[in-house]
Amino acid sequence: MATEVLAPLPGKIIRINIEPNATVVEDLEIMVIEAMKMETPIYAPCDGVIEKMLKKEGDEVEEDDLLALIG
Amino acid sequence: MISHLTSLVKTTGFVYLTPGIIVMWIIGLTLIYLAIKKEYEPLLLLPIGFGILLANLPLSGLMTPGEGLLWKFYEYGIHWEIIPPIIFLGIGAFTDFGPLLANPRLIFLGAGAQAGVYLTFFTAHAMGFDIMEAATIGIIGGADGPTTIFLASKLAPQLLGACAVAAYSYMAMVPIIQPPIMRLMTTEAERKIRMTKGRKVSKQEKLLFPIVSTFLIILLVPASAPLISMLMLGNLFRESGVVERLKHAAQNELMNIVTIFLGVPIGATMNAEAFLQPKVVFIFVLGLCAFMISTATGILLAKLMNLFSSKKINPLLGAAGVSAVPMAARVVHKVGTEADKKNYLLMYAMGPNVAGVIGTVIAAGIFLTLLTS
Repeated sequence: MATEVLAPLPGKIIRINIEPNATVVEDLEIMVIEAMKMETPIYAPCDGVIEKMLKKEGDEVEEDDLLALIG
Repeated sequence: MISHLTSLVKTTGFVYLTPGIIVMWIIGLTLIYLAIKKEYEPLLLLPIGFGILLANLPLSGLMTPGEGLLWKFYEYGIHWEIIPPIIFLGIGAFTDFGPLLANPRLIFLGAGAQAGVYLTFFTAHAMGFDIMEAATIGIIGGADGPTTIFLASKLAPQLLGACAVAAYSYMAMVPIIQPPIMRLMTTEAERKIRMTKGRKVSKQEKLLFPIVSTFLIILLVPASAPLISMLMLGNLFRESGVVERLKHAAQNELMNIVTIFLGVPIGATMNAEAFLQPKVVFIFVLGLCAFMISTATGILLAKLMNLFSSKKINPLLGAAGVSAVPMAARVVHKVGTEADKKNYLLMYAMGPNVAGVIGTVIAAGIFLTLLTS
């Protein structure tokens, strides 16, 4: 069962630090969302492999949008 | 020959220089330095700093009533109450009240953070400021520039320059002033509280919000009408979705234009005789106290609400009840992430933050109603 990474706040993805299929450990910064002119890092919720990256840099996201799947 | 030369020298400003004028130059240059080098609210402190220099050039006549260029900016822009409401139009156009509607109970935090305004009002009055001046100093605690200017121009124009500079300086220093108070007043465990998701806010709700609030607030506190009406009109532009051009103009071009005409005359009210008084030091000290008390009471109110509610509020959110938007919300988020880096408080903090703007306008409206009737 893959773990979903959801957007914790609305904003714009300004940086993605990892590729699909990359191995991540919990609390690794996987991307950065900019909201209210402030950069907010998004951390991996668990250890695993990025199965799917659903957004790309420059995308606007709403709260709770699915960002990535970690398996 | 010599007499011609002396009369020529007398037409220059040099002979009229006083130590006070030189001190004002230093203050003006310091603000310009802070704006450029430290980027402290540069949009305002830069024109204010330059305005101070202009007002302290002898014989320039820029502030001569009825004639001077800057006097006209001041008279028709600020004294006629045009510019602060236009700034509020722009603020309304770019403010999303969604976070407030998603967590309506956080409105109370925006109100709780106004306590500093009233406490400072009584303190300033007790210290010998007259009642009008005391109200103007207290409103600095709301940390809202246009509201401070609006109230000062009506109640105590002689303090306008000092109060405006104090308000904008403290807003710029939100990230320095607030965090120590926030850490002192909350425990690590409290800072780690994660907020439960707010409900989803529908488009209709956001559209109705400016209309309903206009009725409600203006009927309740009529004196707040100039600021609230423009704030809500700007927000209606935004949420209606059909006047993109007006929304854009209000929050960009129009806002930028009036900002120029706001900063320079505010600086120009600060001539040496009016500004270099012991009183001004008290304004800065009391203004800072007001701001610190507001931060603290916001936090205390959040803790109080937690006693009665099973859905815990992260008390840091209370600090966002001062209306420095969005700096205060960002500070809440930062202090929160220091305790738990996966705690995203930013959007929750925007709720009390925008409520704080409305709260400060209402506080100003109450002062106006009680003190000028």
